[in-house]
Amino acid sequence: MYLLKLILANSLRHKLRSALTVIGLLVAILAFGLLQTVVGAWYAGVDAASASRLITRNAISLVFPMPQTYRDKIRRVDGVAAVSYANWFGGVYQEPKNFFPKFAVDHESYFALYPEYVLKPEEFAAFKRERKAAVIGRKLAQEYGFKLGDIIPIKGDIYPGQWEFVVRAIYDGKDAKVDTSQMLFHWDYINETVRRALPRRANQVGIFLVQLKNPNDAAAVSLAIDKTFKNSLAETLSETEKAFQLGFVKQTEAIVIAIRIVSFVVIFIIMAVMANTMAMTARERIAEYATLKALGFGPGFVALLIFGESLAIGALGAGLGIAATFPVAAWFAAKIGTLFPIFEVSRDTLLMQIAAGLVVASVAALLPARRATAVKIVDGLRHVG
Amino acid sequence: MSGVPSDTAPAVSIRHVSKSYWRGGQRIAVLNDITFDIAAGEFLALMGPSGSGKTTLLNLIAGIDRPDSGSLIIAGVDVAQLSESGLAKWRAANVGFIFQFYNLMPVLTAFENVELPLLLTSLSRRERREHVETALSMVSLTDRQDHYPSELSGGQQQRVAIARAIITDPTLLVADEPTGDLDRQSAEDVLSLMQQLNRQLGKTIVMVTHDRRAADRADAIMHLEKGEFSEREMVQLSENVT
Repeated sequence: MYLLKLILANSLRHKLRSALTVIGLLVAILAFGLLQTVVGAWYAGVDAASASRLITRNAISLVFPMPQTYRDKIRRVDGVAAVSYANWFGGVYQEPKNFFPKFAVDHESYFALYPEYVLKPEEFAAFKRERKAAVIGRKLAQEYGFKLGDIIPIKGDIYPGQWEFVVRAIYDGKDAKVDTSQMLFHWDYINETVRRALPRRANQVGIFLVQLKNPNDAAAVSLAIDKTFKNSLAETLSETEKAFQLGFVKQTEAIVIAIRIVSFVVIFIIMAVMANTMAMTARERIAEYATLKALGFGPGFVALLIFGESLAIGALGAGLGIAATFPVAAWFAAKIGTLFPIFEVSRDTLLMQIAAGLVVASVAALLPARRATAVKIVDGLRHVG
Repeated sequence: MSGVPSDTAPAVSIRHVSKSYWRGGQRIAVLNDITFDIAAGEFLALMGPSGSGKTTLLNLIAGIDRPDSGSLIIAGVDVAQLSESGLAKWRAANVGFIFQFYNLMPVLTAFENVELPLLLTSLSRRERREHVETALSMVSLTDRQDHYPSELSGGQQQRVAIARAIITDPTLLVADEPTGDLDRQSAEDVLSLMQQLNRQLGKTIVMVTHDRRAADRADAIMHLEKGEFSEREMVQLSENVT
């Protein structure tokens, strides 16, 4: 109790200095948390990927399609439980900045592979009945104010023309990791239109989605699928959904690495600032520490005072920084809209923030504590802070 | 060589103590082969010009510095042989410190400052409170116990420091220029208090001072020059009785 009072009272002796250090820590821990959340958002698709699903695409590149007829052949491969397919649609809603993912999917089979998309049965039935119907995610609906029955006009680019889709269902995620910023509609509707306008592009599929009977067989089933289409006009490349998502992230990995480095640089800078604060503080109190030692208190008590004060300031700054991360992240997520489908402060980020606060406070106190404990009593008593 | 005749063993027995410091690569001898005793219950003043070694000698007696050679037997213990932690424990139990600038913890009240050394004892909270109240009443500061050092005058702060020095009932009080930062009246009060502790409680006091008036309150004055005793004088009883 006495020690605690000494630590807290010492922390408040230089109110301006302590306040500035706390603010610095708050900003640093907040920035660290936000940057780590951005990194987390980058990998959100990877984290949410199912281990029991494979993605089969054209071996040359994702931009090259495959015949829809591959579906039946894939279904016959040992270890495959179900197959669906989808096409990246592209397109622009009103203006290019209004980006959100749009997929043409096989309405009969697609949703069975994605149990994490939670749909009301009556809405799902309405979607299935209508060729121009679309299912949209909750986040997308909130972002643009879409409601059931609304018509969403999309200007096609990969599939030229002016398209219109009617919102018939809105899906929620089974958990916070599920991307609810997508728009999904009937592959048949797109295919019929393409068949009339661009017959050579009809009956083509962008990716096949493969449900495995056993996730442990992913490698063997992938090999078996790709072997099936070896030496065909459209050879395939199958991989787990996680690997598929990771492939996208890898294309922008340099940015992710840069963000990670910046987040740690922020922590390093605040560590230097905090160390400077603690060094000044300890230097000013050398005579007090010497007095305590003269009275019989050991060097451990002096070290405890310095570490305690550093931890008290660190805990306050880091605590405020962590508390501020949630509202700021929510504000940021609202501002960026559907750019990051999942933008949530994760438990890992929270733990990393706590660890960063602890490390900063501990390291900052290390040298001042060492100096204060090592200084001889007679030298300390002569010291004028 | 004690200041007051005593049949008992000396409180402090210093034998052939030497001490030097290294400054700028040069060895500077501060104390040269000092030998003397301080009797139990003696009030001794150490005087001398700056750099004569009086504060160094006081630090050695207080156990906050170590001699290069020689022995310092205080209350039967050769403090020069104690380990750092042993020495800290010994100081906590046997030495009370009175510093020129009081050296109180500015964030603690007068009560808490006095209580500080008791945290190293096994006394209960209630016992500590009783001890502190007694010590503060001895220095006539009971009514200021909740004041912080910044709310007290220099004289009052020094009296708090004296209360802190005696709170563990040490055998030895060491005072380094205890009146050096005080006005005349406060200095007189502090010296009277120290004299009272010496006379009534039998505390052995070693005081370093430049002030002849302060030294005259002691039983004996020892003059140091260039690390050696140059003169020792007994103070007339009539001079130092307040």
